Amino acid sequence: MKQSFVYLLLFVIGVTVALSGIVPEVLLNKNIATWVLYTLLFLVGIQIGAGKNLFTALKRFGWKVLMIPLATTVGTFAGVALLSLIIPGRSLTDCLSVGAGFAYYSLSSILITEFRGAELGTVALLANIMREFSVLILAPWMVKHFGKLGPISAGGATTMDTTLPVITKYAGPEFVVIALFHGMIIDFTVPLWVSLFLSL
Amino acid sequence: MIYILLCLAAGIAVGYLARKRTAVKYTGSLLSVTIMLLLFFLGLSVGSNEQVVQNFTAIGLDAFLITVGGTLGSLFCAKWVHKKFF
Repeated sequence: MKQSFVYLLLFVIGVTVALSGIVPEVLLNKNIATWVLYTLLFLVGIQIGAGKNLFTALKRFGWKVLMIPLATTVGTFAGVALLSLIIPGRSLTDCLSVGAGFAYYSLSSILITEFRGAELGTVALLANIMREFSVLILAPWMVKHFGKLGPISAGGATTMDTTLPVITKYAGPEFVVIALFHGMIIDFTVPLWVSLFLSL
Repeated sequence: MIYILLCLAAGIAVGYLARKRTAVKYTGSLLSVTIMLLLFFLGLSVGSNEQVVQNFTAIGLDAFLITVGGTLGSLFCAKWVHKKFF
């Protein structure tokens, strides 16, 4: 929660600095951001590769545990596709690429900015921040109306870090392993889905 | 596009090979710094983009609609999976 606030603050500082017009041309060079992005992806990879939580959930719950990230993915894409009908001026694939952030706002907004520009990148940043915050705020409501897997699916890629505490609290500690597993799988698929939808 | 997959795959390989080394523990902090840097850059490109600055409300509404769609969709699917498999 505190970390999300710092991230948001840095974004706001960036906007403010740019609006004041004191940015040196060098900083707007796209190459710098691209190389930082590659570093980010490499680091995300290291975290996935070094993680050991991936198989504990599989051992305990068996293969049906894979149904949860599948539900998250199918449900998100179906819902976004439906709502894209009432969003004028945005293509289905652009909407899906934003939805494919699965609350992983830093990675998805940066990827989308790189390939589609800052406008859709900002949509991705805001949409995925909102998704994370919806779980932080509405987790009890989600459990009540959609069951204990609700906040896990809604949390998308964040269920292994930022939303894990609220999931533990409202779904129960027995769902921690599932949440960790779910977060890792979704985390890994975010760059794949985003780049797939942007290339369509 | 191919560089994205290569960076990710290289990271996974390095992470797997180095999973027992203590240096891996610092990946998280390094990741946070990288994300901060990138969000600052994103802020810069948003702030210097007239089109985005002028349409900020519309952009926010689109983002909200996409969030509602994605979140509710995944909630309904999660409910079904919970009933059916758990």
